[in-house]
Amino acid sequence: MNIIVCVKQIPDPAAPGALNSDSNTLKRDGKLVIDDSDMYGVEMALQLVDAAGGGEVSLVSMAPNGETSGMRTALAMGAAKGVLVSDPALQGSDALTTAKILAAAIQRLGGADLIVAATESSDGYTGTVPEQMAEVLGLPSVTFTKKIVINGSTLQASRQTEAGYDEVTCTLPAVISVTAGVVEPRYPSFKGIMAAKSKPVEQVTASDLGVTPVGWDGAGQKITSVTQAEARQAGEIIEDDGEAFNKIVGFLENLKVI
Amino acid sequence: MTLNNIWVFAQSTNGVVNTATLELITKARSLASSVSVFVSGDGAAIAAAVGDFGATKVYGADCGAHLPGVAMAAAMKSVIDGGDSPDLIMFPQSYEGRDAMARLSVKLNKTVITNNVDIEDSGNGVTVTTPIFGGNTLVATTFTGSGPFLAAFRPKSFAPEASGGAAAAVTAVVVPDLGAAGSAQVTAVHVEETSGPKLDEANVVVSGGRGLGEADKYSMIEELAKLLKAAPGASRAIVDAGWVPYSYQVGQTGKVVKPSVYIAAGISGATQHMVGMKGSKNIIAINKDKEAPIFGIADLGIVGDVHKVLPKLIEALKARG
Repeated sequence: MNIIVCVKQIPDPAAPGALNSDSNTLKRDGKLVIDDSDMYGVEMALQLVDAAGGGEVSLVSMAPNGETSGMRTALAMGAAKGVLVSDPALQGSDALTTAKILAAAIQRLGGADLIVAATESSDGYTGTVPEQMAEVLGLPSVTFTKKIVINGSTLQASRQTEAGYDEVTCTLPAVISVTAGVVEPRYPSFKGIMAAKSKPVEQVTASDLGVTPVGWDGAGQKITSVTQAEARQAGEIIEDDGEAFNKIVGFLENLKVI
Repeated sequence: MTLNNIWVFAQSTNGVVNTATLELITKARSLASSVSVFVSGDGAAIAAAVGDFGATKVYGADCGAHLPGVAMAAAMKSVIDGGDSPDLIMFPQSYEGRDAMARLSVKLNKTVITNNVDIEDSGNGVTVTTPIFGGNTLVATTFTGSGPFLAAFRPKSFAPEASGGAAAAVTAVVVPDLGAAGSAQVTAVHVEETSGPKLDEANVVVSGGRGLGEADKYSMIEELAKLLKAAPGASRAIVDAGWVPYSYQVGQTGKVVKPSVYIAAGISGATQHMVGMKGSKNIIAINKDKEAPIFGIADLGIVGDVHKVLPKLIEALKARG
């Protein structure tokens, strides 16, 4: 069982986000970290490979400046190798171009039995890349999975819906997106962190992969303005002195909710 | 370009069209003279309902047991290839909507723009508005090149309003052979909705978060919700932790709510959560940390321990009968 996990390296989510003033793209020039929502996919992949009794987990990622620090986290958890697509020409790429790039990187690794991604990234959250990748690769897909079991060449998954969940079966190879919380991601061990430093990450450009056009040229959209939304005013903030519940009762009374 | 022909990706449950679909049809008819809808299943079941909101044509595609996204995208592509090519397709920001638009974007080699809350046709270009950074900043993005443009909209972005139109004309579409991509099949459907008011339609919503401390304490949220005839909701943190089902989740990946009162108990106000509830008319927040972002948008903020405030509030409401 060989599994490829798509990991996104994003600006530290604890820091406030900002846009580059010239291009209106998200500032990604600082240190990047692995998107927290990708940790679940990495863990799920490691567990599925274990359960299958053999195989390995590989990574694909697209990031500026040859950034690999987020990928190293996943390698330290137990992934074996990776392909990083890093190319200044990719700035401004839309979700469709991203999907084409990642699909090409997956093919460069020789494909896999299963391709895993998060449901959406924490910084851009378009939420379409896994399904677009599946279409580019001509594969079936199950998005928003929260439980996955593999029997031979069949995958069984629980898939989130508006009202609850569906049980879905699918033949491999396939693409899945996993929700956060689906598994508990492991902490990399010291040994894992040391080993990750020497695991191979091949760095390629968009043209190495034969994907054109990319960046703004391939995007089919342009940002025409960025404005501040009308701020919602904060109201009354009080410290609870043991009687604050009365304030809530009064507030609800005024609104005739009670 | 000017929009003439718009499609709306419709969703219905047991023949009842969902509100998000009606919102999109309402907006579509203000933008273009011809509005068609595309639905999974029998188009006849919803022809009167969507016609009442201004759609004149409904395409129905029987997806069988396929996961609908992949089958619907193939069906839409076959109608486009057959000659009825829309200028714009509006999708609801839902699981099926996202899957279908993603597959179709590859088939048409067109970009997708998701998470929108508005759309405008200036005559020179079609521009959508997307909130980012938790809704503090609005980005206007204009489609370039030719249509069909593909855009997904958050629920409650537009007010649904009937136009009193006649039933839409029904066309059945055969889903083309999907090949390997069609192997994902639904084998069972599970509903986890609560018994009270529906989360995205309730007048009052009471949500709990990580500040509750442990799963058992969510019962306080349920009790308070019951007393206020409210729907119980949750932050992503406690949904991911498995305290409550995903159908309770308010936020970016959960439900968008705009009740007249939203009570956030033990929720700090992550971006993920705020985008799902900041449209509420009145917001009450209870949180221990006075620096919590939720207080920045609360009309009434109580800096305090939910384990002390909620039981007293529940007692006070019970005492009123």
